[in-house]
Amino acid sequence: MNLEKQNLLLSRKLAVIAIGMFGFGFALVPFYNQICAALGVNSIEERAEAPANSQIDRSRTVTIELDSNAHNLPWRFKPVVNRVTVHPGELTTVEYEIVNVRGAPVTGQAVPSYGPQIAGEYFKKIECFCFTQQTLAAGETRRLPVVFIVDPRLPKDVSTIAVSYTFFEVAGRGGKS
Amino acid sequence: MSSVPHAHDHAHAHDDHGHGHHAGGYGGIMRWITTTNHKDIGTLYLWFAGVMFFVGGMMALLIRLELFHPGLQYINPDFYNQLVTSHGLIMIFGAIMPAFVGFANWQIPMMIGAPDMAFARLNNWSFWLLPFAATLLIGAYFVPGGAPGTGWTLYPPLTVQMGIGMDLTIFAVHILGMSSILGSINIITTILNLRAPGMTLMRIPLFCWTWLITAYLLVAAMPVLAGAVTMSLTDRHFGTTFFNAAGGGDPVLYQHIFWFFGHPEVYIIALPAFGVISQVIPAFSRKPLFGYASMVYATSAIAILSFIVWAHHMYTVGMPVTGQLFFMYATILIAVPTGVKVFNWVATMWKGSLTFETPMLFAIGFLILFTLGGFTGLVLALVPVDIQLHDTYYVVAHFHYVMVAGAMFSAFAGIYFWLPKWTGKMYNEVLGQWHFWLTLVFFNMIFFVQHFLGMAGMPRRIPDYALMFETWNQISSLGAFGFGLAQLIFVYNLFKTLRSGEPAAQMPWEGADSIDWTHLPTPAPYHTFETPPVLK
Repeated sequence: MNLEKQNLLLSRKLAVIAIGMFGFGFALVPFYNQICAALGVNSIEERAEAPANSQIDRSRTVTIELDSNAHNLPWRFKPVVNRVTVHPGELTTVEYEIVNVRGAPVTGQAVPSYGPQIAGEYFKKIECFCFTQQTLAAGETRRLPVVFIVDPRLPKDVSTIAVSYTFFEVAGRGGKS
Repeated sequence: MSSVPHAHDHAHAHDDHGHGHHAGGYGGIMRWITTTNHKDIGTLYLWFAGVMFFVGGMMALLIRLELFHPGLQYINPDFYNQLVTSHGLIMIFGAIMPAFVGFANWQIPMMIGAPDMAFARLNNWSFWLLPFAATLLIGAYFVPGGAPGTGWTLYPPLTVQMGIGMDLTIFAVHILGMSSILGSINIITTILNLRAPGMTLMRIPLFCWTWLITAYLLVAAMPVLAGAVTMSLTDRHFGTTFFNAAGGGDPVLYQHIFWFFGHPEVYIIALPAFGVISQVIPAFSRKPLFGYASMVYATSAIAILSFIVWAHHMYTVGMPVTGQLFFMYATILIAVPTGVKVFNWVATMWKGSLTFETPMLFAIGFLILFTLGGFTGLVLALVPVDIQLHDTYYVVAHFHYVMVAGAMFSAFAGIYFWLPKWTGKMYNEVLGQWHFWLTLVFFNMIFFVQHFLGMAGMPRRIPDYALMFETWNQISSLGAFGFGLAQLIFVYNLFKTLRSGEPAAQMPWEGADSIDWTHLPTPAPYHTFETPPVLK
C-alpha cells in the first residue's frame, strides 16, 4: 500500500472517531437521564406515591414558606398564603394563583426549587401544577393546588423549608399544549 | 517578517528541481492565502495567535481597570460579562491553541524528518478557518445585544436567553472545532506515517509525542463541544429542550457534556506546553531528557485520566456523594503522572551544565509556577474545600497559573528557542531577559494575590466587590498593566529580530539534539527533508 493510500485510510478512521464523538455528545442526553433516574437525582420534579403509612409526627412542626417567580412570562403568579406550618407526615394542600395578563394564550412550565437544598427529597408532592405544562387563555385566572407531605425522616435540624416555583414560558407553543 | 524573502530564495532553488510545492508561484498576500507549506502555515498560526493574544489581553486590561475600585466605574455589568466571556474564548481558542498548532506545523515535520505535513491543502484550510471564527467572535460585539455574557463555558440557561451574539459565538465555536479536528487528523497522520526511516516512535522528540496525544484528545473532545453548542443552538431556535428547563430539559446536563470536553481541553492546552518544555530543558542542561519513556507513558496516562474527571468542575450542582468521591479520587490520581513529569524535568537539570538564556528562564518559570498551579488544582480537587472555593478568585488564580504561567510561558520559551531556527536571526538576549523577569514579577503580582481574594470569598465574574477586597484588587490591577507593558518588550524584540537581528549560529543552543538542529541548516530552508535524513 502506498503512502498516500495509508494517509487517506488513517484520516478516514480519525474522521469516523470525530463523527462518533459528536454522536456521543448527544448519546449523553438519554444516558444522563437514565443515571439520574437510577440514582434518584432530580427526584424533586417527580410525583410521589400516595403515602402508605400516614403516621403523623406531632412532636415537631415544619414551616413551609412559599415563593413564586414568573421568568419572562406575562403571568402574575403568587401563592394564596405565604407560609403554612405543618407536622411531618401530614397531608397538606396549598394553592397558587396565576393570572395571564397577555392578550393571548400562553403555555408555561413550573420548576420547583428548595431551600435548604437537602429538603427537596423529603418534600413529597402528591399533586402539583409543576407535573404538567399549564396553558392559560388570554386574561384567564386559575388557582392551582400543590398537595404534599413532608417526609417524617426530614433531618431534625431543618425546621423551615422554602419552596420556590419558577414558571418558564414554553417557547414555540403559542399557547397550544 | 524578514523570513519571507529568505524563504523565497530556497523555494526557487528547489523549483529548479521540479519540487515546487510553493504556492503556485503567487506573490504578496496570495502567497499566504494559497500556501501549503508547513512552515508558512506555522508562521500564519503564530501571527494569528500573537494578534489574538493582544486582543484578549486588552479585554483582560479592561476587566482589571473596572476592578481597580469597588463599585461601577468605567463599564457596565453587561459589557463586563461580555469581556469575561470573550477574553476566555479568545485566549483559549484564539491565542494558546493556535500558538501550539503553529509550533506543531513548524517543528513536527522537521523533528521527524518529513518533507511536510501529510495533508498540505487541508493544513491550509485548517488555518484559514480561524480568521473567520475570530471575526464571528469579535463581530458579536457589534450586533444588537452584544456578545454573549455567559462566561467562556457558555452555560444555560443564559445561553438560551442571550441575543443574536450568542448564535455568532456558537458558529465561531463550530468553526474553531472544525479547524482543530482537521489540524489534529493532519498531525496524527504526519507523525504516524511520515517519520523518516529509523525514526521509530520511541525516538521522536517528546514534543511530537505530546502533540500526537494532544491531537487524539482533540479528535475525541472537540466534537463533544460541537454537540453541546449545537444542542444550545437548537434549544434557542428549533424548540428542542435539551437544556431548557421549561420543556423538561436540564441545565446541569449541559455542564456534564461541556466538561466532558472541557477537562480534556485543559490537557489539550497543557500537553504541548509540556512538549516544548521537554525540548528546552534538556537543551540548556546539556543532558538528554531524563526518563523519556516514562514521559511518554505519563503523558498518555494524563490524557486517558482527563476523560474521567470532568465533574470536578461542578461539585456544587448537587451530585450524589459517591459521584463526588469518584471524581475527587480520579482527579487526585492525575497528580501522579504530572508529578512524574515535573520530577523528570528537575532530574534532567540535576547535575547538568545549566545556562540561563531566555528560553530556559521561561522554562524554569514554567516549572515552578505550573507546579504551584497544579498544587492549587489539588486543593480544588478536594470536595469539601472546593465547595467553599467554587466560583471564587481562588479558581481564577489557579487556572491562570496553569494557563498563563503554564501554557503561555512555555509558548514564549518555544518562540525564543526556535526563533533562530526559523528566521536565522538571534533575538536580543538582554531584552529577552527583561521580558522574562518583568513577566514573572507582574504575573505573580496579578494572580498570587487572587488566591487571598478567593480564600476571603470574593466571587468571580462580578464587576463589583465588597470594600474590604480593594487593596488586593488594586495590586492585581497594577500588576496587569505592568504585565501588558512587559509584553510590548517582546513585540519590540520580535520585530527588531526580524528586521535587523544578528545572524544566528548554526547551533545557537549547543545542547539541542533533535534532528531539526543537527541535520538541517539554520535558518531552516523553505523545503526540508525532501529526501529523508539518514539516521544512525
